[in-house]
Amino acid sequence: MSLTVTGLAVYYRTLRGDVRALDGVTFAVADGEIMGLAGESGCGKTTLGKSLIRLDGRMRHVAGTVELDGAELPISDNVRMNRFRFTEVSLIPQYAMSALNPTRKIGKLTRDLVESRGIRFASVRAELQRRLELVGLDADVLRRYPIELSGGMKQRMVMVLSTLLNPALLIADEVTSALDVSTQRAVAEALVGFRDHGFVRSMIVITHDVSLVYQIADTIMVMYAGKLAEKAPAEALVGSPLHPYTQLLISALPEVGVRYEGKRLSGIAGSPPSLLNAPTGCRFRDRCPLAFDKCAEEPPFVEVEKDHFVACWKAG
Amino acid sequence: MLRLEGVSKVYRVGAFGGRKRDAVRDVSFTLGAGEVVSLIGESGSGKTTIGRMILRLTPVSAGTITLDGQDVSALRGSRLKSFYRKVQGVFQDPFSSYNPVFKADRVFAMIRSAYFPGVSDSDWRAKVAESLAAVRLRPDAVLDKYPHQLSGGQLQRLLIARALLLDIRLLVADEVISMLDASTRIDVLNLLGDLKERGLGILFITHDLALGNYLSDQTVILRGGEVVEQGPTADVFGSPQHPYTRQLLASVPQLHKKWSEVDAELAQR
Amino acid sequence: MSTPDERKAAAVPGVGAVSTVVSARRESLYFALRNRKLVGGLAVVLLFLGTGLIAPLFTAANPLDYVGPRGEGPSADYWFGTTIFGQDVFNQFVHGLRGTFFVGFFAGLLAGVIGMLIGFVAGYRGGMLDEILNMFTNIVLALPVLAVLLIIAAYLEVRDIQVQALIIGLFSWPWVARAVRAQTMSLRSRDFVDLARLSGAPVRRIILREIAPNMASYLFMVFILLFGGSVLFAATLDFIGLGPTEGISLGLMLRNAVTWTALQLGMWWWFVPPGLGITAIVGALYIMNVGLDEVFNPRLRET
Repeated sequence: MSLTVTGLAVYYRTLRGDVRALDGVTFAVADGEIMGLAGESGCGKTTLGKSLIRLDGRMRHVAGTVELDGAELPISDNVRMNRFRFTEVSLIPQYAMSALNPTRKIGKLTRDLVESRGIRFASVRAELQRRLELVGLDADVLRRYPIELSGGMKQRMVMVLSTLLNPALLIADEVTSALDVSTQRAVAEALVGFRDHGFVRSMIVITHDVSLVYQIADTIMVMYAGKLAEKAPAEALVGSPLHPYTQLLISALPEVGVRYEGKRLSGIAGSPPSLLNAPTGCRFRDRCPLAFDKCAEEPPFVEVEKDHFVACWKAG
Repeated sequence: MLRLEGVSKVYRVGAFGGRKRDAVRDVSFTLGAGEVVSLIGESGSGKTTIGRMILRLTPVSAGTITLDGQDVSALRGSRLKSFYRKVQGVFQDPFSSYNPVFKADRVFAMIRSAYFPGVSDSDWRAKVAESLAAVRLRPDAVLDKYPHQLSGGQLQRLLIARALLLDIRLLVADEVISMLDASTRIDVLNLLGDLKERGLGILFITHDLALGNYLSDQTVILRGGEVVEQGPTADVFGSPQHPYTRQLLASVPQLHKKWSEVDAELAQR
Repeated sequence: MSTPDERKAAAVPGVGAVSTVVSARRESLYFALRNRKLVGGLAVVLLFLGTGLIAPLFTAANPLDYVGPRGEGPSADYWFGTTIFGQDVFNQFVHGLRGTFFVGFFAGLLAGVIGMLIGFVAGYRGGMLDEILNMFTNIVLALPVLAVLLIIAAYLEVRDIQVQALIIGLFSWPWVARAVRAQTMSLRSRDFVDLARLSGAPVRRIILREIAPNMASYLFMVFILLFGGSVLFAATLDFIGLGPTEGISLGLMLRNAVTWTALQLGMWWWFVPPGLGITAIVGALYIMNVGLDEVFNPRLRET
C-alpha cells in the first residue's frame, strides 16, 4: 500500500463556525495506481488533495491519519511536512500553470525550485531534459518566459517540474480543466506516461470531469459534500455504479451520440447541503430518490464487492 | 431567419490600429426558427466573436448578418432596441453577467424599464412568474437575492427567463453551461431543448462536442476563425470529413469508451 | 436583514424600476449607519466642517486683526493662544477651516468631474477617441504643474480663494482620468455591461448605472485624495507665498507660523492647530473611504 488515509477530517475555520469540508474519509491508493477523485464543486476534493501535502491557514486537521509507505505524514505540522513535499508527495495545484512567475525564465524557475530542496541543479539537468522530450517539449523552453508557452505546454512543464524528484505520490488538481479538448488529451495521457515511466509511483487525479478521469484512472473515487460516496475500479464505477449519487451523476452526462430528442437526460434536483451546519446521516438523502428512514443514520463506507466501496444503506 | 454571409472580423491592434489580426474569416450559415445550430471550436476559434457580432456587441468587418432579411449591422437607436426584443444572449460566466452591486432580479427591472414601462405591477408580476416557471425556478428562491447568494445554475436560468420576458425568436447561448456542475448543466441544456420545441432558434456556442451533439440540428466546426466543417449534426459527428473534426472527436473524453477504442473506430472509417 | 415591507416590495422584481433602486439605497444606508469607520470618519469631518461654518459667526469678523496680547499661549480668552502679533489663533483657525474646505471641495469636485468624464468616455468608447483623450491626459500629466501654477499665480493680480480652487482643480485631474479609464476598460468587458446593452440601455445610462456604481467607493476615494491633495496643494502655494492675497487659510497660518519662527520660539499653539487640522481632515476622509468600501460591496458585509 502506497497511501493509506484513515478517518481524515479537515475543517475550515470561518467566523460563522467550522465548515466540514472533509469529514472522515478512509481510503487507500496502491502502488502504481492512478486514482481519479471526482466530484462537483464544493464536495471537498480539493481540500482532500491539499490536506495530503499542505494545510493552508484556515484549514484545521481535526482527526485521522495519513500514512505513506507505512510512515505517518505529519500533515498538521507545516515544518516537519516540508521534508516530504516535492520529494515524497507532490501537488500540482489548480491553476498552477497560471502561477508560474512571469518575470522568470522557465530554466531559472526550475533551478530555484530544485536548489531550494538542497539539490544541485546540474545533477538533475540531464534527467530534466529527457523528461521534457518525453512530454514533447523542446529543451529550448528552459530559455523562454512562461508567457511564451501555450496552456498545454505550461501544464506539461508544471507536471515535469513537480515530478522531477520522483515522488511516491502525485496529486494533480484539475490539471486539464482549463485546456482545449485536444491538448487535454495530450496532458492526460502524459500523466499516464509519468506513472508508466516510474517518475511517480501513484497518483491522485482530482477533477470534476468523470469522463476524463475514466480515460486514465485505474480506480475512481466519488465524493459528495465532504464524504466519500463510492470508490471502485474505473470500469465498475462507470459501468455499474452502486451509489445513487454516482448513478445520477453518470446518467446526467451527455455523451457524443446522445441526443436531446432520443434520450432525454436529467440532472439531479436540489443542491448539496451547506457544510457549515452539515446535516447528520447521509448527506445525499435530501436529493436521493431511494432515501428511506434509515438514511437518517450515517451509512458506513464499506466494501460491498471486491474493491468496490460504497456509503449507502441501499447498496450491497 | 438568421443568415450570415461571408462574415469576417478583423481586429486592429497596436498604437492607432497599426496591425491587423483576423478573428473570424468568411463564415456563412443560416439558422431557422425552432432550430439549434452549434458553433463548436476551441479557444481562439472565433466562436464567441461570431456570437457577439450577431448580438451587435461587436461590429462586423466584412460580410452581412441578416435577420428576416434585415441587415443587422445597420440598426441604430430604436430599431436596434426592437431588434433586441427579438434576439437575446446568455453568456458563459453567470457571475460576471450580473452587476455585483445590485440584486440579481435587477436584470428583469432593466427589461421592464426599457420595454414595458406602461405595464402595471400586477401584470408585470404575472409575466415574471410565467417566465420563471418556464425555466423552472421558484420565485421566492431567486428574487430579491444578490448574485453571490444564488448558484450558477440558478443565475443562468434567470438570464434565460430574462430573455423570455421579451418575444424573442433567437437566443445566442455562449458557453452557457460550461461553468456549471455536471448535475445541473443537463437541466439547463434540457431547458434550451424545450425552448427550441416552442419554436425558438438557438445558436449554441460551445467547446464541448458532446454538448453540441446533444442539442443541435446543425453543427459548425471552427478553427482559427475559419469554418472547417459544417452540416447536419448527425453527418458531422457520424462521418467527419475534416481531419481536425476527427481529431476533436478523438480527443473528447467519453464515458464507456476509452480513447484507444475511439482511435480504432475512427481509423476504420 | 430587511424589514418585512421592504421584502414585499422587492419580491416583485423591478416594480417600476425605481423600487429596487430605492430599496438598494435604503439597504446601503442601513449598512452605512452601522459602519463605525464610516460614521467615525464622517463625524470628524463634520466636526471640522461645522466648526468652520458656525464658529466664525461668533468670532470677530476679521481674523487678521490684532486683538490681544502678543505671542501668548492658550487661555480662557484666546483658546488657541495668539500669534506673535497678537492675532487670535482660534479665530484664524476657524476662518482657515472654511477656506480649506472650500478649496478642497471645489478643486476636488472640479478635478473629479473632469477626470471622470474623460476617463469614462475614453475607457468606454475606446478606439481613436480614446487615443486622443489619452494623449491629452498625458500631456497635462507631464506638465510640471507646480511651475505652471507658479507662473499663473504670479500673473494673476487678484488671487482669491476661488481662483486658487479653480487653478488647482484644472490641473489635478489627469491621474483620475487615467485611473477611471483603466477601471472602465476592465468593467466594460464584463458580461453585465453587454447584458445592459442587450436591454436597450443607452451609453450614458450604462456608464452611470452599470459601471459607475461598481466604482462608487473608488470614485469616493478619488474625491478624498483630490480633496486632500488640493488641501495640501493649496497649503503648498500658500506656503511659498502664492496663496490668496486676502483672507486666511490653514496653509497661510502655517506659512506665517514658519515665517515668524514659531517653531524656534516654541509657539506650538500657532502651528499645531492648522497642521493637526489638515491631517485630521484628510485622515478622517480616508477612514471613511475604507468604511464605504464595506458598505458598497455586499460581499464584504457578511464576514
